[in-house]
Amino acid sequence: MTTTTDLVSYEDALASYDPVMGLEVHVELGTKTKMFCGCSTELGQDANTQTCPTCLGMPGALPVVNAIGIESAIKIGLALNCEIAEWCRFARKNYFYPDMPKNFQTSQYDEPIAFDGYLDVQLEDGETFRVQIERAHMEEDTGKSTHVGGATGRIHGASHSLLDYNRAGIPLIEIVTKPIEGAGERAPEVARAYVRELREVIKALGVSEARMEMGQMRCDVNLSLRPHGREKFGTRSETKNVNSLRSVERAARFEIQRHAAVLNGGGTIIQETRHFHEDTGSTTSGRVKEEAEDYRYFPEPDLVPVAPSRAWVEEIRAGLPELPLARRNRLVAEWGITATDMQSILNAGALDLIVATIDAGADAASARKWWMGELARSANESGVALDELAITPAQVARVAELVLKGDLNDKLARQVIEGVLAGEGGPDEVVDKRGLKVVSDDSALGTAVDEAIAGNPGIADKIRGGKVAAAGALVGAVMKATRGQADAARVKELILERLGVSEG
Amino acid sequence: MPGITREEVAHLARLARLELKPEELEHFAGQLDDIIGAVARVSEVADQDVPPTSHPLPLTNVMRADEVRPSLTPEQALSGAPAQEQQRFKVPQILGED
Repeated sequence: MTTTTDLVSYEDALASYDPVMGLEVHVELGTKTKMFCGCSTELGQDANTQTCPTCLGMPGALPVVNAIGIESAIKIGLALNCEIAEWCRFARKNYFYPDMPKNFQTSQYDEPIAFDGYLDVQLEDGETFRVQIERAHMEEDTGKSTHVGGATGRIHGASHSLLDYNRAGIPLIEIVTKPIEGAGERAPEVARAYVRELREVIKALGVSEARMEMGQMRCDVNLSLRPHGREKFGTRSETKNVNSLRSVERAARFEIQRHAAVLNGGGTIIQETRHFHEDTGSTTSGRVKEEAEDYRYFPEPDLVPVAPSRAWVEEIRAGLPELPLARRNRLVAEWGITATDMQSILNAGALDLIVATIDAGADAASARKWWMGELARSANESGVALDELAITPAQVARVAELVLKGDLNDKLARQVIEGVLAGEGGPDEVVDKRGLKVVSDDSALGTAVDEAIAGNPGIADKIRGGKVAAAGALVGAVMKATRGQADAARVKELILERLGVSEG
Repeated sequence: MPGITREEVAHLARLARLELKPEELEHFAGQLDDIIGAVARVSEVADQDVPPTSHPLPLTNVMRADEVRPSLTPEQALSGAPAQEQQRFKVPQILGED
C-alpha cells in the first residue's frame, strides 16, 4: 500500500455519526450440478473440464433451471422468515467482462424468489438484534480469472488473463439486508453476528457448507454515515468480497473511521466499490459503481417463470430443521448455562462437537468441560480448528464415561486425551498402553500410604491430634508417589484409618 | 415520442463496447428512434389488462433434476477460443478493473 488513509478514532467517529449498513451475502449452493446446465460443480478439478455449450454461452444453447437450486432458494427464504414469490423470473444482467462468457449473468432483478424477511442475531453479550431482510434471489457464479505478467497475480500490470469456466454457472443465492439502522457503535459486531448466524442457518438447512475460506460464502459490506439526528442516509461505499467473520467486523469498523475522517474534513464520500485487505485490515478504492441501469437488466427470454405452488412451499416449510438460534436457546436451557457461555461455545466452534459427544453418551457438563477446556487449549496450541483435532466426539464421550465410573481421574483423563490426540489409539487403548487406570486397590495403595506417613511424621502427628485437614498433604504425597494414578478419596480414607481418626 | 439522443447512443455504444464514428451516432440515433417508435405502438394496443410477456409459451416451472451430465472435454471447450494457455481461455489485458 503506497497511500495511507486518514482515519479518526472509532470513538470520535461514533460521537459524531450514526452508521447505516447493508450486507449482501453470496452463498454458493452445494448442488451436484450448475444452476442452468448439468455440468458438475465439484471443486478442485482441472481447468475447463466442467463446461458445456450452455455455461460457455454458445449460440443456441438453452438453459434449464436446477430444481434443487430453486428448492434451496425457497428453504433459505423460509428460514429467513421471507415471503416466497408466487411467480418470478430470471433476468439478464448485462456486462462485458471475461469472467462470464455469455456477456451477461443470469440473475433476478425486480422479482426475487424471496423477500421481506428477518433474521434474529445474537451479540456477544447475548443480546438479540433483528436484521431485516430485503430479498434473497437466485443467480450464478462467474469463472475464475488468473492474471499473468503483473506483480503477484494482480490485474494491474498484467499482460493478459486466463479464464477457467468450471465455476461459471454454479448456483448462488444472494441475500440482501434492508438498511441496518440503530446498531450504533455495535454496527461492526452486528455485521459479524449476522454473517455468522446466516452461515449457521445455511449449514443447518444443508444447502451449502458455507465455508467462507473456500469462497462458498462471501460478504459485501455497504456502509454509510449520517450525522446524529439526520434521517437521510449518507453516501455509501461497498466493500467487496470480505471473506471471514473477523474481516466483516474489521471492514465495517475501518469504513466507519474512514468515512468520518472524510466527512470531518468537509469532503464527500464517493460511491464506489472498495477492496478489503486482510493483512492491514484496511480498504482501498476499487471502481466507481456502475449505475444499475447500465446493466440493462431485462427478463431472461430463455427461461420460463418460476411459480412455486403454495403446496410445495408449505411442504418445504414443514421439512425445515430446527433453526440454529432456536436450537441454541433450547440447549442453553437444557444445559443450564448462560447466553454468554453459549457465545463462547459458538466462538470456539464447539457446539456441534459437544452435542455429538452428548449424543454418544456423555453428560452435558463433561462434554462441555472437555471440549471447552483441554481440547480447546490443544487446538489453540497447534493452530487447528476444534473439529480438525484427531479425536472424535465418541472418544471424548468414552473418556467422560471412564471418569464417571471412577476408572480415571481428571489428571489421568487429560493424559488419555493427549494419547488419543497423539495417535496412540482410542481411549481404552491409551489407558492400557500407558497403564493409566486409577489405583483404588487397598493392597497396592497400602505401601504408598505407609511410606507417606513414615516420611512425614510431623504431619501424621497433627492428624492424630485431630487436625484432619492436614491429611491433604499426605494424600498429595501418595498421589505423587503413584504418578497421579491413586484414587484420592480412597487414599484419604486409608490415611485416616491408619492414624486412627475419623472424618467429621 | 421522446427521441433517442446522440448522447444516449454514445452511452449504449460504450456499454456494448462498440466504436462508432460521429456520423454513425447520428445514423443509429435515427434508426433506434424508428425501432422504439414501432415497438411503442404495442403499448398503445396492450392496456393494463394485458401483462407484459417475456416468453412466448405459457409455461412455468420447467426444471431439471440435479443430475450430472457429461461436460465437454477441455479440448472441445477451447476449440473455438482465439487464444489459449494452460488449458484456459486467454484474453487480452483487462483494464479499469481490479
